[in-house]
Amino acid sequence: MDIRYSTEELAFRDDVRAWLAANLPGELRDKTIGYQPFTKHELRHWHRILAQQGWVAPAWPREWGGTGWNVVRRYIFEEECGYAGAPPLPPFGVVMCGPVLLEFGTDAQKQRFLPRIYRGDDFWCQGYSEPGSGSDLASLSTRAKRDGDHYIVDGQKTWTTQAHMADWIFCLVRTDSSALSRQQGISFLLIDMTSPGISVRPLRLMDGGREVNEVFFDGVRVPVGNRVHDEGEGWTVAKFLLGYERMNTARIGTSKRELVQLKKLAMRERKNGKPLLQDTRFRDRLTRIEAQLMALEITNLRFVDQLRGGRAPGAEVSMLKIVGTEIQQALTELMMQVAGPRAQLVGPIDDDPAFDRFVATLAPRYCNYRKTTIYAGSNEIQRNIIAKHVLRL
Amino acid sequence: MDFGYSDEQRQLADSIRRFVERHYDFEARRRILESPAGWSRDVWRTVSELGVLALPLPVACGGFGGGALDLMPFMNAVGEALIVEPFVATFVAARLVARSASAALRADLLGGVSDGRSAMAFAHAELGARYDVRRVETRARPTDAGYVIDGKKSVVAGAPCATHVIVSARLHGAVRDPDGLALFVVDVSAPGVSMRAFRTLDDSRAADVGFDDVRVVEAARLHAPADALVMIEDALDYGTALICAEAVGALRAANDATLEYTKTRRQFGVPIASFQALQHRLVDMFIECEQASSIALLACATVDSEADAVQRKRIVSAAKLRISEACRHVSQEAVQLHGGMGMSDEMKVSHTFRRLTVIAQQFGDVDHHLERFAACDDALLAAGRAAMQETRS
Repeated sequence: MDIRYSTEELAFRDDVRAWLAANLPGELRDKTIGYQPFTKHELRHWHRILAQQGWVAPAWPREWGGTGWNVVRRYIFEEECGYAGAPPLPPFGVVMCGPVLLEFGTDAQKQRFLPRIYRGDDFWCQGYSEPGSGSDLASLSTRAKRDGDHYIVDGQKTWTTQAHMADWIFCLVRTDSSALSRQQGISFLLIDMTSPGISVRPLRLMDGGREVNEVFFDGVRVPVGNRVHDEGEGWTVAKFLLGYERMNTARIGTSKRELVQLKKLAMRERKNGKPLLQDTRFRDRLTRIEAQLMALEITNLRFVDQLRGGRAPGAEVSMLKIVGTEIQQALTELMMQVAGPRAQLVGPIDDDPAFDRFVATLAPRYCNYRKTTIYAGSNEIQRNIIAKHVLRL
Repeated sequence: MDFGYSDEQRQLADSIRRFVERHYDFEARRRILESPAGWSRDVWRTVSELGVLALPLPVACGGFGGGALDLMPFMNAVGEALIVEPFVATFVAARLVARSASAALRADLLGGVSDGRSAMAFAHAELGARYDVRRVETRARPTDAGYVIDGKKSVVAGAPCATHVIVSARLHGAVRDPDGLALFVVDVSAPGVSMRAFRTLDDSRAADVGFDDVRVVEAARLHAPADALVMIEDALDYGTALICAEAVGALRAANDATLEYTKTRRQFGVPIASFQALQHRLVDMFIECEQASSIALLACATVDSEADAVQRKRIVSAAKLRISEACRHVSQEAVQLHGGMGMSDEMKVSHTFRRLTVIAQQFGDVDHHLERFAACDDALLAAGRAAMQETRS
């Protein structure tokens, strides 16, 4: 039993760290640390730097550009990227669509889509949630009717992250409404976002940012060749994605970086003539979060070690999402608290060059991060999963 | 990195499990508690025959040179079966002897520990000191032949069962001076040693120990390679890591009992575990236990690693505060979900509740460790060391 990284793993970590220090563009890093939103161009820029290095899709098989790293190295890589402030790349192409195609796609589909995903030519988004179907995803009602070599898709998706940037969307649609169970009769389609009949409407969130959208499908023609897996097997694909390696949902590296930054800010801010960091009430809150994070790092590594040993952990990995997002939210709350009364200010009325744009991001970010316990299977759904599959309730 | 048990740990876990099945089920434990001594010498002897007492002792003294990680399976079992014999008290005292006594004293005392003849306790805390490790009023005055010790020690765990105590006393300096402390071995039958023994909430034994003109020879002083305070903090952190591992066993037992109870207890015609209001609470208890298990591992590995003292104290404090919170949360929920049955002395869960409540107070409560964590963290921050990134080195 040894909880430390091996010498080889430490050497690998140092290599990654050194590479990031040399290759992560300073202006992108500053944007991450300053909580500024990334443009599609910037995300693609970072994607291509990683692709150039051969590191953009570590988990893919080698023949498609994977690195051949084991799960420990993949974890170390993700953690270092998070810690260094690398832009968080959208998961929809490399982490979601890619593995689905590798598992269920035809050779033609793989040849057509995987290299474009790898190079960052196509951005993807995920067409899952609908106005009436959130946690109860199998109730979805977007319809795909067969018409010769095409499906005609009608319906609406919502909360679609980055649909406004995406070139493609992968969608769960109902191809058979007479199926016995709701899970049957769902199919998995890849749809070109430039298809006639698709319209995207932004959903403005309370933080003022643009990241999610409504996507409307009005008689959209999708070639049958864009269906992944058999007709009616969409739910199998969806379940595969849910169960797909989720070793980075806790985002330990990112939270560590934020914690360090939080301490720096709290050292500069003063309360009663002393640094806010020395205020017992504030510090105790921070320390509790830090202890949770230290424990979660070990929990995460325990799962990684299990997976390396060939014993894939089960539904208990849902706790990474639950605790990880609770920590992320708590950090945004403490950040907002550090700014004190000035956290209320989110923008200047006149174009005031002296306005503190960093402080102005803290409260909106607190608002924005409420999403983390809601998205990707709400934390209540994650608890249901553990209750059912781990505690056997 | 390898989180699996070593062969030795697995063997130890197996033999402890067999021991508990044969000699320490709930009824056997009840008989021990009802005996006049309140603990069992037979149990002590049997455990020593399993090699557990020798496990952490230096090889030179007939031990196996094991660390806290090696003892972890045993400590888990102590927590699970609620073993009341004061093993941790002896382990802590033995650590002091092993690290600072003369070769003759080491051989004499540790030989007795190893073969189960002697039990020890560490008499350090004093009335009014709470968890302040520096606050020692007990005095040691040098004489021609050795020292005379005067003072009172408060709530010394395991003292009524001990053959020897290690006592801390002040050679010079004011009450909270970091310098001027010394450690002595005292035979409990020595003239001037008095003991007021108590039953504690968790059905174990402790005592206030008085030293009234107790004369010890020069050879009874432990000559630390470092300051006595450094040795004391090291030993207490070691004990803290061990009861963190014990807590994990007790938390797991509380969760197992609560799961089983809620699955069998029927109300409104169904098992109460079918209610989601209870399921999510059971999941949170599960998560608390897993997080506790992770950070207990970190604490045990840290006290074994000879990490520098500030980093060690910081990590052990994080572990103890996290685990104390878990103890409180899980024990309270376990009783609540058992309903009235959780209050009953007949149910093991009520005993586990009391042990978890005591663990949360022993070796420093949450507030103490929040304070100590912040102090150590500040020291690392001031030294410009990125404390966060290297938790495990």
